[in-house]
Amino acid sequence: MLEALELPFFQRVLAAGLLASVACGVLGTYVVSRGMASLSGGIAHAAFGGVGLGYLLGFPPMLGAAGFGLLAGLLVGVASRRLQSGLDTLISMVWAVGMALGIVFVAMAPGYAPDLTSYLFGSLVFVSHDYVVLVLALDLVIGVGVVLLFKEFQAVCFDEEFAQIAGVPVERLFLLLLALTSLAIVTLIRVVGIILAIALLTVPAATARHWSSSLAVMMGVATAIAASCTTAGLLLSYELSRSHGWSLPPGPLIVLLAAAVYAVSAALRGRRAGSG
Amino acid sequence: MTTPALELRDVSFAYREIPVLENVSLRVEPDDYLAILGPNGSGKTTLLRLALGVLRPDRGSVRIFGEPPARARGSLGYVPQRARFDLDFPIRVLDVVLMGRLGARGLGRPFGPDDRDHARRALARVEMSDLAHRPIGALSEGQRQRVLIARALAQEPRLLILDEPMASLDERIGRSLWELLGELSREMAIVCVSHDIGAISRYVRRVACLNRTLHGHPSQELSAEVLEATYGCPVELLAHGHPHRVLPPHEGDS
Repeated sequence: MLEALELPFFQRVLAAGLLASVACGVLGTYVVSRGMASLSGGIAHAAFGGVGLGYLLGFPPMLGAAGFGLLAGLLVGVASRRLQSGLDTLISMVWAVGMALGIVFVAMAPGYAPDLTSYLFGSLVFVSHDYVVLVLALDLVIGVGVVLLFKEFQAVCFDEEFAQIAGVPVERLFLLLLALTSLAIVTLIRVVGIILAIALLTVPAATARHWSSSLAVMMGVATAIAASCTTAGLLLSYELSRSHGWSLPPGPLIVLLAAAVYAVSAALRGRRAGSG
Repeated sequence: MTTPALELRDVSFAYREIPVLENVSLRVEPDDYLAILGPNGSGKTTLLRLALGVLRPDRGSVRIFGEPPARARGSLGYVPQRARFDLDFPIRVLDVVLMGRLGARGLGRPFGPDDRDHARRALARVEMSDLAHRPIGALSEGQRQRVLIARALAQEPRLLILDEPMASLDERIGRSLWELLGELSREMAIVCVSHDIGAISRYVRRVACLNRTLHGHPSQELSAEVLEATYGCPVELLAHGHPHRVLPPHEGDS
């Protein structure tokens, strides 16, 4: 199985997956502890509209995904602070409209889009060297933002009312957090895919929360879980394709592994709580 | 004349055309300990949010030590009604108290040893030093309320504002917190809001009754008439550990 590690394409997808694990461990921690999962789901699916637009107009689909993700995040983020009700309806609309736009744009684009499903479910073979560099750059942006504003993000997620009274610009920080979440989703697109990105953003962090007493610890544990599941999922995807001829994209395997880890963690925690 | 800790002049505020506060004037001296009483929906929380600078009045002015609330954040400490946060949130007690230092430290700068000292002192003040490294969710409700008071103390307030601080606590724990507030009131002005008349303790120095407008000048003794005007129905005045207060006779009592 480990012969895969010697193949250049596999090294690239593994590098992208491990780097993406950092982004989703860090941002996933905020998404889970602030309760922004459906909001992030909306952002992720809206990003597909940008992928389609990239195909149609001939610019890199990743740029389109980042742009649409940021726009959707801004729209839903501002709405979430203004609307008295109906936020979940708006999120589902952004979610569906983003997907619909993507499909329409791709249909309008000339030629055949061979790697389209790879944007939806991830792929072993479509990760380029440039994409690895992009994910690394996004990791750096996310890292700098989170290190600089750690105490503010923590305050906004923990107790927004108090943060506001203490003079923290809550709304701007919340929107910035959503923007960073959009970037984290972009890091996940190639490896696990848009449809499954939200799972890798939330499931490892939700597992990490069982065992963490601070946000920083939770980020570390979530990153470790995401990295392990990504590595195992990629290896498994490669192996199943080699030995059985299955063309199973890595995204679903990674998500199922992460969910299994979550289930085991929840059971262990329940037992510990029950005996203590 | 000293600058008042909190001064409201003819303040009116409406939510979507519905008046919540009308022509409320209030003056709180730097050594005052004022309780604002009122039924649910009387505008108590709105009044606090105006004082905290979260809301702006439609008419009238709000001043904290002579300044608009937005510029007076350094003199304010705030204790919410109860923990609004998720009890599963991964955070330790000391880090919650450190949030009281957000305003002093400023955007984008990490907390330093100085902030940690402030937070530790504030925790010691509420007798919670032993639990500094516990997850916040592992605390009892009374302990959590103490942590929230410590967080407000870490703000180094000259005016401490509390919104129904004992609402969710049983009587014994509530009493120990009232005692703590009584001690603190020697060092700072305190404004405390409550809908529970029974919660007004002997430590409070003045009482104002609010129901859209203020009833009775705040310097006045709490009387059955003032309470009746506030609650819109006769109210029984009970003396909670107050040996000097006289209960008004009930009709029909012999």
